[in-house]
Parts: sequence; C-alpha cells; structure tokens
Amino acid sequence: MSSLAAADSAAPHEGVKTIQPAWVRTMHWINAFAMILMIMSGWQIYNASPLFDFRFDKSITLGGWLGGALLWHFAAMWILMINGLAYVITGFATGRFRRKLLPITPAGVISDIKAAVTFKLDHEDLSKYNYVQKLLYAGIIVVGVVIVLSGLSIWKPVQLYYLVMLFGDYPTARYVHFICMALICLFLIVHVALALLVPKSLRAMIIGH
Amino acid sequence: MAKRPFLIPGVDKRLLIKDAMKAMPDLTRRRFISGGASLGALTLLTGCDVLDSDRAEEALKKVSKFNDAVQAWMFNPDALAPTFADSAITKPFPFNAYYDLDDAPEVDGKTWKLEVRGLVDNKKSWTLDELYQLPQVKQVTRHICVEGWSAIGSWTGTPLRDFLKLIGADTRAKYVWFQCADKEGYNSPLDMRTALHSQTQMTFKFADEILPRAYGYPMKIRVPTKLGFKNPKYVISMEVTNDYKGGYWEDQGYNSFSGN
Repeated sequence: MSSLAAADSAAPHEGVKTIQPAWVRTMHWINAFAMILMIMSGWQIYNASPLFDFRFDKSITLGGWLGGALLWHFAAMWILMINGLAYVITGFATGRFRRKLLPITPAGVISDIKAAVTFKLDHEDLSKYNYVQKLLYAGIIVVGVVIVLSGLSIWKPVQLYYLVMLFGDYPTARYVHFICMALICLFLIVHVALALLVPKSLRAMIIGH
Repeated sequence: MAKRPFLIPGVDKRLLIKDAMKAMPDLTRRRFISGGASLGALTLLTGCDVLDSDRAEEALKKVSKFNDAVQAWMFNPDALAPTFADSAITKPFPFNAYYDLDDAPEVDGKTWKLEVRGLVDNKKSWTLDELYQLPQVKQVTRHICVEGWSAIGSWTGTPLRDFLKLIGADTRAKYVWFQCADKEGYNSPLDMRTALHSQTQMTFKFADEILPRAYGYPMKIRVPTKLGFKNPKYVISMEVTNDYKGGYWEDQGYNSFSGN
C-alpha cells in the first residue's frame, strides 16, 4: 500500500498538485453510479410494501416491478460492495481517512458552519477539508456501512441472525435501511449543490487537480 | 361549487382499485422488462440508451443465476430460523396472494389427495386423514415476504423430511417440486437440502386450528428459511426430481434461491 500512499501526495506534473488521487476519483464515480442504481431500484422495492404513507413515482424508479427491481438491486449490489470495500480498505491503509477526515472538533464544526452559511468559508486549498466537509464525509461513510449492514440483515435474516439482532429485529432493520437511504439522499443534495457552488472541487474529482 | 362524490357509496375504494387492477393487462407484472427495467429512467439519466432492454434482461438474469450459485455456496443451508414465543404472533396474520381471498382455491378436504410423483419408492396418494395421522410438530417463526413485509405465525405439521423418508424419496435428487390448486397453476421448486431442513414442514394447522382457506387449506409447505413465495399453499402434489421445473414467481424473475 506504500505506493498508493505515495501516489496520494505525489504531483503528476511539475507544479500541479493532485487534490484527488486517481483511486479516489475512480472509486467515487463507480460508487456514484452503483448508488444511484441501488437507490432507484430500492425505491421500486419499497413500493411493493411501503413503510410509510407514500410511494415513489414510477418515473424515478428502476426495474418496472418488484421482480425487476430486485434483479437490479442484487446486481448493482456487487459493484457497490466490492468498490465500497476497496475504498474503505484503501482509505484506512493509505492513512487518507485519518489525514483528511480527522480530527473533527465540535468547535471547528460550529465555526465552519457559521462561515459556510455566510459564504465566508475558504476554498483556497481544496486538499484540506473544512470541518463541515470532514463531518459530512466521515458521517456518510458511517451511514454507508450501516446501510450495507441493514441491507444484509433484511436480505439474509436467518443466515445473518446476529446482525439482525444488532438492529433489534427484522422490521426495524428495514426502517434503518430506509432511513440510511434518506440520509444518503439528503447528503447527495447538499453534496451536489456544494460541488456546483465550488466548481473547481468538481474538477478535482474528475481530473484530479 | 359542490364537489362531485368521486366514489360510489357503499363501495370500498381499496377493493374497487384491486378489482380494477385485476381487469388490467398483466404486462407490467408478468414481463418486468416491458415496464421499466427497459432502462427508461436510466436512459433519461445518462442521456443515451446504453443497452437495449432484451440485453439488459438477459444480463440481469445471468447475474441472478450467479447470485443463486453464490448464495447456495456461501450460506449454511441447515441454519435454523429464529423461533418466537406465542405472544409474538402477528394478529391478524395477513392473507397474501396474487388474488383476493374470495378467489383463493376452495379445496374439498374429503376428496383432496396429495399426489406423490417422481423419484420415490411409494407413489401412493395420501388422503388428508392419512396425513393427519403422522406425527406433527409446531413452530412459531417469521414469515418474510419478498415484498419486504413480515409476520410471525404459528404452524403445525409434519416435518417434510420425515414424510420424504416415509415415501422412500431419493434424497440425492436435486428438487422437490410442488404444485398447487390455484387456477393459474401455482408451483415452486424447493432444493433438496432445504426440503430436508429440520424446520421445513407440511403444515396442516395455523395457530393450533385446522389450516384455514386463507393460509392454504388443506396443506401448505412452510419453509421458514425461504421467502414466502417459496412456501406454497393449497398443495396438491409433490414431485421428487433432478430437473429444474421452474416456478410461478421464479419464472417471472424472482431469484430462485430466495433463502433468508
């Protein structure tokens, strides 16, 4: 993993600083693709037996009916799982998580939120995350882990009985899975809006700098 | 301006919608690809038609077959489904089928016989009275539907493996294939390992009462380690076979393993 660690800070060209290394960019976009498939097919699955008093409109779901949606969900699952595992392992192994996301201090978060809502947050150095970013990115990784664990629980409640017990019971795991999806959607709205507000951050996630 | 009454007085709007749905062509349910797996939404998203729908369907079916194999390899087929106290039983236990309760098969228990076919020594048919003589056990387990909802129920009957032994079934065969009294000919294959699972049961009673029509009178196969659609009701025959004969929902795209 040392070569990956080196790639993380090495400059590809003279004077051009890599903000997002290639592995982060690759995994980010694979994840984005897989997650959209999971969410859209997930909405169609939800529609078969809604937890709340609403259904998702057909135009934004994938699969056409429950059976089709399940096929999509359990196909995209592989992309999401393999990519997600690789991301978490690389994130820890290269020290990127520790370097980029820690520490998160309440005081830092509060002052950066204040700066953000008054549009005074500094985006000069994109290689350094502010506290709002740190909190959101660390938080969404945790949500990602929980949505996978709750998903596994409702997929295999007999085989993974102890995992189900972690959530209480099978119906609760379903609610947890749904709530995590809602949190990811909220994150997506904020994430995309902020990326559009600071376009060079989007550029960095596409070409690296 | 007075609002026009939208609904007919005395008519349950839910039932009305259900009836209307039944009158509609079955395309979206039967052939999922004609609905939205055609990548309609995804096409909008990416702005290009990446795959035509037939190829998408083929690819997805291949992944599903692959998933069948991976799951069978990965998971312990003998794992026991959790059991619950009687107090945890869901009341009322939901009736669920692709038809209304009024349209559920009405089987006459006096003339009904369980037909036994395939790789078995004794192909005699069994009357309900004969089956009721077999030793029975009770289980309180969670029924989980492919739709996502679940309910805890109490089922009593004969372990299927005891019956398979009794009729001299070749337990090296791959499947036990069940056929039901449904008008549309419901059927479902069960892999032999699951058929021999200690909790897989030929169910004759629900909540200590003779199995009501809603839950599959006269006999249901209760498989707590599989999703609900692999728990056939109104069973009329079982066949021990090495051939994968498909199933009502399996053929429409539900993953055949569908183990919990």
